[in-house]
Amino acid sequence: MKTATVTDSTRVDPSATPPTELVPMRYPGRRLAALLVLLVAASLGFSVVTNDNFEWPVVWEYLFNPEIMAGLRTTLVLTGVSMSLGIALGIVLAACRMSENRVLSSLSGAYLWFFRGTPLLVQLIFWFNLSALYPRLSLSLFGGPEIVGAATNGVLNLWAVAIIGLTLNESAYMAEIVRGGLLSVPKHQSEAAIALGMNRWLTFRRVVLPQALRVIVPPTGNQVIGMLKHSSLVSIIALADLLYSAQLIYSQNFRTIPLLVVISLWYLVCTTVLSYAQSHIERHYGRGVHGGAQRPGGLAKLRALGSRLSQRSRSNDNPTPA
Amino acid sequence: MSATTSVPDGTDTPTADPIVRIIDLHKSFGPVEVLKGVDLEVHRGQVVVILGRSGSGKSTMLRCVNHLERPSRGTVVVDGEVIGYRIKGDKLHELSPSAVAKQRTRTGMVFQAYNLFPHMTVLENLIEAPRRVKGVNKAEAVKDALQALEEVGMAHKADVYPSTLSGGQQQRVAIARALVMKPSVMLFDEPTSALDPELVGEVLNVMKRLATSGMTMIVVTHEIGFARGVADEVVFMSEGRLVEKGPPSQVIDAPVHESTRLFIDSIL
Ligand SMILES: Nc1ncnc2c1ncn2[C@@H]1O[C@H](COP(=O)(O)OP(=O)(O)O)[C@@H](O)[C@H]1O
Ligand SMILES: [Mg+2]
Repeated sequence: MKTATVTDSTRVDPSATPPTELVPMRYPGRRLAALLVLLVAASLGFSVVTNDNFEWPVVWEYLFNPEIMAGLRTTLVLTGVSMSLGIALGIVLAACRMSENRVLSSLSGAYLWFFRGTPLLVQLIFWFNLSALYPRLSLSLFGGPEIVGAATNGVLNLWAVAIIGLTLNESAYMAEIVRGGLLSVPKHQSEAAIALGMNRWLTFRRVVLPQALRVIVPPTGNQVIGMLKHSSLVSIIALADLLYSAQLIYSQNFRTIPLLVVISLWYLVCTTVLSYAQSHIERHYGRGVHGGAQRPGGLAKLRALGSRLSQRSRSNDNPTPA
Repeated sequence: MSATTSVPDGTDTPTADPIVRIIDLHKSFGPVEVLKGVDLEVHRGQVVVILGRSGSGKSTMLRCVNHLERPSRGTVVVDGEVIGYRIKGDKLHELSPSAVAKQRTRTGMVFQAYNLFPHMTVLENLIEAPRRVKGVNKAEAVKDALQALEEVGMAHKADVYPSTLSGGQQQRVAIARALVMKPSVMLFDEPTSALDPELVGEVLNVMKRLATSGMTMIVVTHEIGFARGVADEVVFMSEGRLVEKGPPSQVIDAPVHESTRLFIDSIL
């Protein structure tokens, strides 16, 4: 058969067979841009490594300093506790917000309005000063006799202020995330469950919540990462978190930059681990949606990998004739 | 044929006891009265097809049978039990939500949009309610589920997620999901209306087989062929009332009522 002889044209003779080998388009501009960016990044990296002001030996010296480690522990505990409480309270607030009870839904709305409308830093300072204003925290109704109470001083108090401040603020954001997730599940789904005889709790737990989580998990992961960083605001009330521990050290030795590098490295380690965990959890709740036909169990994944590998080696062994 | 048919010749002639009794059923949404007094009896093994224009109240009536909608007035009795209420003296007292949930296991419902649970595999969709509502153990639930899937020709898809199935396949799974609860009556709300035309047949075939096996069925559909071939009784509904009722040969081929005739003409 005659092949096309005309070069550099999109036209082809009706009688001719066009060639079949494909040559992808090249984009020299992109390569140039990438090269430039790499150059800039490399020189920046070079300056960071070689600039004496970063004092890398000092960074190394303080990286595992016991006080820094204690600060890291405080930051992690604070994040874990405040986030858990924030999620729990957020679910309650979302339930109230979606309730048909007008009083509950408007109270919840007012709560969100306040805690999302004022800065977290202001709230923390507010709770801190409130604890000074009320020397005893006590529960009583309308100024009657105390039902439960505790003194509001001491280290415990600092922790309480920090956790209350972070939790109340976080719950307002989580409430909106949870509500968005629950609303994303079509009403048909709960109806199908109810028609099968499932009660409201079963319907919520087994049908609505798992589907809502697909929508809830990604922004919650962002919230956790945000919380880890926002928790550094508690240094303002002198709770020895990661930042405050570093501040304590550099206020004495004036090695400000290397100590900030130390804690930045620790923040990065934590957020990296959290992002990794988040992507795994997202995959779990995305099942049945992203076209995965088979249940993606660990064994199935191994088997798929095995068959891919063996296929590849087979195709390498007997290259198909061209 | 139905095992309980009392007539010796084995036709679907109703036995004395109706499985579903709808008595003077009214339903309003706000000021709009959607059901204006519906009375209907469905006997064991009977297939009743409900025809009617969109908006005439067919879905609402079906949803009152399993109490997805609460009637404004009137009573629904399934299998001898008043749905949603307890009789105390001369009054009906509303049942708790969990008690109503238990009553719903007597009715199976198939929706227009299938409504399979997308986060569960086909098999998980089928064993969920038997296990958690009826407390059936897992091995038995799986056995029942596989058998039900076999009956609708979907056993080979037990381990896939619903999103990978065609509409017709999803609807067959949805039918199986309702069947594993072993309901006394199956309610179908336009089960083929969302399907591509070439997929309608496979679902109707499953429903035909189900009817032949003696299942009591109330079917809202526009499939006249199905009504003619399978229904024991056809009911025409218009503006919240049942205006005509009888065997398919009468309601479809020789309707008495003017609105029935107009409707039948419009869909044939
Ligand atoms: N939840 C609801 N709220 C208000 N109106 C409704 C609701 N459900 C149905 N309706 C109204 O009731 C009428 C009958 O609806 P439906 O029973 O779905 O009719 P059909 O199934 O025959 O098409 C329609 O006018 C519809 O708009
Ligand atoms: Mg309808």
